[in-house]
Amino acid sequence: MKAILRHELSSCFTSLTGYVFAAFLLLFAGIFTMVYNLNYQVANFEYVIGQMSFIFLIIVPILTMRVLAEERRQKTDQLLYSLPLSMTQVVLGKYAALLCMFLLPTAVICLYPLLLSAFGSVYFPAAYGAICGFFLLGAALTAIGVFVSSVTESQAVAAGLCFVVMLVNYFLNTLADYVSSSAFASCMAVAVVILLLVLVLWRMTRNSTFALMTGIVLEGALAAFYLLRGDELAGVFPEVLSRLSLFERFDTFVNGVFDLTAVVYYLTVIGVFLFLSVQSMEKRRWSE
Amino acid sequence: MIQVSHLTKRYGSHTAVSDLSFSIEKGQIYGFLGPNGAGKSTTMNIMTGCLAATSGQVKIGGYDIFEQPRQAKRLLGYLPEQPPLYLDRTAWEYLHFVGRAKEIRERDLPDRVEQVMEETQIAHVGDRLLKNLSKGYRQRVGIAQAILGDPEVVILDEPTVGLDPKQIIEIRELIQELGRTRTVILSSHILSEVQAVCQTVLIISRGKLVACDTPDNLERLFAGSASVEITAEACEEQVRQLLAPISAITQLEIVGKGEGRCEARLTGAPQDGDDICRGVFFAFSRAGLPLLRLNMARASLEDIFLELTGGEEPEAPAPEDDGGEEAEA
Repeated sequence: MKAILRHELSSCFTSLTGYVFAAFLLLFAGIFTMVYNLNYQVANFEYVIGQMSFIFLIIVPILTMRVLAEERRQKTDQLLYSLPLSMTQVVLGKYAALLCMFLLPTAVICLYPLLLSAFGSVYFPAAYGAICGFFLLGAALTAIGVFVSSVTESQAVAAGLCFVVMLVNYFLNTLADYVSSSAFASCMAVAVVILLLVLVLWRMTRNSTFALMTGIVLEGALAAFYLLRGDELAGVFPEVLSRLSLFERFDTFVNGVFDLTAVVYYLTVIGVFLFLSVQSMEKRRWSE
Repeated sequence: MIQVSHLTKRYGSHTAVSDLSFSIEKGQIYGFLGPNGAGKSTTMNIMTGCLAATSGQVKIGGYDIFEQPRQAKRLLGYLPEQPPLYLDRTAWEYLHFVGRAKEIRERDLPDRVEQVMEETQIAHVGDRLLKNLSKGYRQRVGIAQAILGDPEVVILDEPTVGLDPKQIIEIRELIQELGRTRTVILSSHILSEVQAVCQTVLIISRGKLVACDTPDNLERLFAGSASVEITAEACEEQVRQLLAPISAITQLEIVGKGEGRCEARLTGAPQDGDDICRGVFFAFSRAGLPLLRLNMARASLEDIFLELTGGEEPEAPAPEDDGGEEAEA
């Protein structure tokens, strides 16, 4: 794992990616600090961080697009498979390298509240809590990006797909407001999600009986639940949507609350998507 | 060293490898021979853990490649068909990365890397980016990567494809060098290459093992008849007259004549080859006629290959002698 980490880091910093990424992040941090703290004379650094979350839409795809997709295109994944390394080590090593690259500019941003405190009173716990939340959000989105990169062979497709996923997630909260919250609508939405799940199952296992049976069982359970206790489904779908929003959780940090459930939530997302990436890499061996 | 048993790989309805079993002993050079699409690369990919088998087992030094991949892979060095190089790194950086991944201790690493770079003669291009290297040098870096860390088995998938004749000869010499201390398995569709380099040949056709023996034994085994070619300073009648008493000759064919010479091909049962030669020698010497050429021709590996693989043409019809002219293959 250390070998992969070292290799990834040195290739990021021999090419431009690492520098462009850091420069981009710092540029936006600088602009927002300028606007909020200096122009508007506000001492709350957490607002700056709060405004910056949207830049993940751009930098996460740039950071993660090549990480696994490029291995596959250059056929260097064959080297990784034949080396005495497990896929878990490979994925963790690569993810750790991405986190290091992200940590570097974040460390620089950590200096800003200190600098600002020379000219006014900065509430440090809120500022650093927000930076912490910012890092966790970035780490969770990066894990999703790694997974997206593992399912495709082309960097461009990985970047595009990753951007779409980030964008949907970013607007998920707004989207949830427009979704009908009636019990029937929720039931239909869950039914569609189950159908999608069945499709994915079928794609991955190529076992139509298994996928079909799972689908029938799940849809049956849903229908039964709707008929028996339909009222409880009301509002479930918009609720689930907003719960899925990674950006929504981040706002609690900006508002000055260090939310442990959010930390656990982000760590879970990281764990799940890294696990999926490992599985996706393992699966390539079966279907190549 | 390596046991492959009942290996099967299916892609949907297409069976790439079907019920393949063989074992590989230590310290020899093995050649995988087969037409394109015979399942050579698939087999090699499965043996090195790059691909999962539909069923069957591969054991490297007693370790199962699927159950105990780390222990098994430590004994392996693999060069896939396309060398797996990070083109934006230098050869030196690349080999250091591979060395670290192979768990070579940090303080031994520079020496070990230097050693393989010398062995593969890439020391002088060590600090050039891999994307700027020629195909031959990339192939060498790929081989260097495979032999780094002294694995007991080195598996090379078509190591000479796309190289120029000089490079092919150099790579072959390198492989022979490697074969002195390690087990080497290489795949090829070039017959003369396998004949020149390998001690044992495994012929694969349509995912099945059709033959496994030394090149010499294969030739002997599959030779349907012994064939002797002679050139003598005599006319046709003299030749016919002299050879008539030799009972081992079942067929006599005059293939060329002129300027007082006569060329003939004599055919007999496969085990009578030596008897025919002896008889011919004494017959001509007693008659006082000079024999300019006496040549025992055996069935070539090419014929065997065609017979075994059911008439599928090999990729490049190999010349009789090993000159490396098949570079365009």
